[in-house]
Amino acid sequence: MSALPFHRRKDVRLAWRYLIAVLLVIVFVFPVYWLFIISFKTPDEIFAFPPVWYPASIQFNNYAVLFKDGDAWSVWNSLVLASVSTFFAMIFGTIAAYSLVRFKTGGENLAVWIISQRMMPPVAIVFPLFLLYVYFGWVDTYHGLIILYTAFSLPYVIWMMRGYIEDIPLELEESALVDGCTRWEVLWKVVLPMARSGLFATAVFTFIFAWNDFLFALVLTRTEVTTYTVQVTHYFGGQSNFWAKIAAMSVLGTIPVFFTVAVMQRYLVRGISMGAVKG
Amino acid sequence: MSDLKITNLHKHYGAFHAVKGIDLDVPSGEFTVLVGPSGCGKSTLLRTIAGLEEASSGKVEIGGRDVTWARPRDRDIAMVFQNYALYPYLNVKENIAFGLRARKFASAEVEKRVARAAEMLGIGHLLQRFPRELSGGQRQRVAIGRAIVRDAILYLFDEPLSNLDAQLRDDMRVEIKRLHQELGRTMIYVTHDQIEAMTLADRIVLLRDGVIEQLGAPLDLFERPSTRFVAGFLGSPKMNFLNATLSPDGVTLADGTKLSLPGRKTSKAGQAVILGLRPQHIAMAGKTVAPGHERVPVTIELVQPTGSRVQVTMPLGGTSIVAELAAHDVSRPGEKTHIDIDMTRAVIIDPTTEKVI
Repeated sequence: MSALPFHRRKDVRLAWRYLIAVLLVIVFVFPVYWLFIISFKTPDEIFAFPPVWYPASIQFNNYAVLFKDGDAWSVWNSLVLASVSTFFAMIFGTIAAYSLVRFKTGGENLAVWIISQRMMPPVAIVFPLFLLYVYFGWVDTYHGLIILYTAFSLPYVIWMMRGYIEDIPLELEESALVDGCTRWEVLWKVVLPMARSGLFATAVFTFIFAWNDFLFALVLTRTEVTTYTVQVTHYFGGQSNFWAKIAAMSVLGTIPVFFTVAVMQRYLVRGISMGAVKG
Repeated sequence: MSDLKITNLHKHYGAFHAVKGIDLDVPSGEFTVLVGPSGCGKSTLLRTIAGLEEASSGKVEIGGRDVTWARPRDRDIAMVFQNYALYPYLNVKENIAFGLRARKFASAEVEKRVARAAEMLGIGHLLQRFPRELSGGQRQRVAIGRAIVRDAILYLFDEPLSNLDAQLRDDMRVEIKRLHQELGRTMIYVTHDQIEAMTLADRIVLLRDGVIEQLGAPLDLFERPSTRFVAGFLGSPKMNFLNATLSPDGVTLADGTKLSLPGRKTSKAGQAVILGLRPQHIAMAGKTVAPGHERVPVTIELVQPTGSRVQVTMPLGGTSIVAELAAHDVSRPGEKTHIDIDMTRAVIIDPTTEKVI
């Protein structure tokens, strides 16, 4: 090694770091870029070799087809199912978590029992559920999937919120009780504001779970409430795959989550670092 | 009229008996301090008064109303917590207004009361700040403001000064005393600090192991302790305890030193006792021995100047005792000198019952 002066050696080290960082970014971002760019290409460009790194003209034909055929509705379905089930899961989960923490409901072990539901592979119950849903007439309905997603998110919400609520100093709640609040008011005026970051972080992840669900949606929907994950699979054919539609639909499915995370980023980072590691 | 009446109150935590049958009557306007070492049940007692803990048995009456089973919000109390319990997401003004808003006070009334409380505590300029932007002392002022803004019958303080540094603690103690004089409200104050108890209280309730050891005005407890525990707990430096034997007109220490007890005759000569001497009742030997005093030769062991006074350790009666002398009375260890002990203030304790005779 040539003996470079100290400040030069620092520069070299910095350059290496940047190089590695840029390479990593390319590795992670390229697939996303490729997905986006395919959705704006013509069929010829998609199959061209050597690959077309960027299309000659951005054209929205692939999207127009999705909207014209009504396929884009599946994104709306996903949005409704994920949002509504997240909403209910957050309400019931937070109340349950508060009860577990403050009143030791169910003793020390109930929380562990609840989280153990997450260890069960969903595929193990999807067919019994299907039969049940057929019996109730809930197949291919909004409420059917909303109930299912809510039930499946609850353990996660309870488990996470339990950690965040445990971190709230008891004196804050006691002070509010003495000052004239009921338990429900304490929950609303003290616990929720104190756990706000955790609340948002948990909600985002709950939303993403429901958003990304494929299995339940595949088995329990037909045509009315098809989610975008199921819709994408319709474009994989026996003879050929409709890459343009797949890409366009995937982009549509990515955008809501992308914006949710972007908007909530501040809370996500704080929420994850706040109490998530506590069990 | 009494604002707080506690009758035969018990509190169990599983097998642990934290409060063992307490009876207490607090007259209107009195500043009562619950004091004792940690684990004596003082905080539990306060929290049971507040309704944050449920009584196992007994009765709590506030303002003449039985509130034993009432929720905290229905007890007409205000409370200041040790860790301030300020809401980090609300500014100072909203923190102070919290209790008023919870009780649905009209907006104009809230403004008026918050402004008045802030003025009393000198935090008017901080109203728009958030708790994280305040110093410890300012936070404690806000916490107190949150209590006094309400018209409660009873104001409870749970070790409110123990998170502050020494200088601030002194300032806030003055502040709380002044507030009590201005407001004239009934206050119950928990502390483990005997100086806070002595300086603030109209009446001290000294607790030990869940029972009231002694109760009375601070000076009563200081001058006329009923047990060895009370004698040792109040006062700084602590009271000196020496093993002794009663003689017809005084006591004999373990090393044979005889000390007379003026005005006290005993028929129990020969009984083993503990002699309690306050460091403040020992002085450097003067020109003459004052009546009721005993002059004893000593050798200085240790000197700890505190500025205005000096704490001096010396052997006496087979043990080490501490005397609080004037700042320049002694200069260095090893010095041989004489001290005068005020035997009229001495306390004689029965070693088996630990009660003052």
